Amino acid sequence: MTNKIYQYLLFIGDNTMILGHRLSELCGHGPSLETDIALTNISLDLFGQTRNYFQLAATLSKEDKTEDDIAFLRMEHEYRNVLLVEQPNKDFAYVIGRQFLYDCYHFLLLHELVNSNDQHIAAIAQKSLKEVTYHLDFSSEWIKRLGAGTDESHEKMQNAINYLYPYTGELPEETPIELEMKELGIGADLPAMKTDYYNRVHEVLKEATLDIPETNWFQSGGKKGVHSEHMGYILTQLQYMQRAYPNMSW
Amino acid sequence: MSAIARNPTINDILKGISDPEIPVLSIMDMGIVREIIENGKKLTISITPTYSGCPAMDTIRDDIKKALAEAGFEATVKLVLTPAWTTDWITENGRKELAAYGIAPPLDPAADKKALLHEKRIVKCPHCGSVNTTLVSQFGSTACKALFKCEDCLEPFDYFKCL
Repeated sequence: MTNKIYQYLLFIGDNTMILGHRLSELCGHGPSLETDIALTNISLDLFGQTRNYFQLAATLSKEDKTEDDIAFLRMEHEYRNVLLVEQPNKDFAYVIGRQFLYDCYHFLLLHELVNSNDQHIAAIAQKSLKEVTYHLDFSSEWIKRLGAGTDESHEKMQNAINYLYPYTGELPEETPIELEMKELGIGADLPAMKTDYYNRVHEVLKEATLDIPETNWFQSGGKKGVHSEHMGYILTQLQYMQRAYPNMSW
Repeated sequence: MSAIARNPTINDILKGISDPEIPVLSIMDMGIVREIIENGKKLTISITPTYSGCPAMDTIRDDIKKALAEAGFEATVKLVLTPAWTTDWITENGRKELAAYGIAPPLDPAADKKALLHEKRIVKCPHCGSVNTTLVSQFGSTACKALFKCEDCLEPFDYFKCL
């Protein structure tokens, strides 16, 4: 049982870690001082949340793993994050689009997890939800600003949404572990979140004068450990220190 | 469960410790000390982070241990997540200190939402007192602050946003 909760925590913590890592790449490279600071602040929140999940996972680990072992010493196919969060920072519209599509899901997920039967997960969710409310405000505002801005910003935002939208299908997909956790009242009911998720996403896109992509094809695989080619590059950077200098710490 | 020690010396020591990112605010005024269990010279102190990723927590934990050790106490510091910290726990004194330091103290959550969503001008400039202020960014110099600008005295300032 503890092993299954451990596995479940990876589904949540890997998303916050990989998205946090993507945002950390923008530190000092944001399009303006304010957005640079905002995106790295969000990154910091996500890493804080990741640490909470992995510290909890470490206590459930059979092999005496530490939070760092969990974060840094797995192979690519052992990471459970969705493909959406590993997509690269192609331009600011992609960064905001990825953030918005994830924030919307993250917000709904945490809303469910605050009622988890596992008091530790509920506590982390309660703490995280307050932070993610700000993330969602921030990304929604920028979607609207870029979508309803100039012709150029509109076009760039639309391109980013068209590219990223097929990656949203994986968010409410339920793996056997997630199903089991739902039935035990520990995890969230992902399929039940689907309608609410798309309603919220579409509402903001409409307000931003953006078209909702018409697609029946959705990418998937991350939750099963089948990642896009970007993941290898992320892990190379993320794991370098721990692989080169095992057990190093700050 | 009490966040105030029976032994006044302990409270005085804790009041002397501040968040390194907001040196004007003591950890007691900030409301992050949740519980103090006294067992003679042995203490167990529970603190809660303001934000999950707050990098100041490790420093605060070390500062508490060190300051108490200097007074002969042996403190164990525990990190608790629940109930989650809220800006409501910042004391009245803490709010005054923040404003005096140049950081606008948090409003109530409903007003905060309006202020951060550009709906209403209610955040008071800590420099000139004007409410003719506008939001520059929801995220400021640290996770707990938003960046504002005063349209009257034209000074930028931080606003401690509600959580």
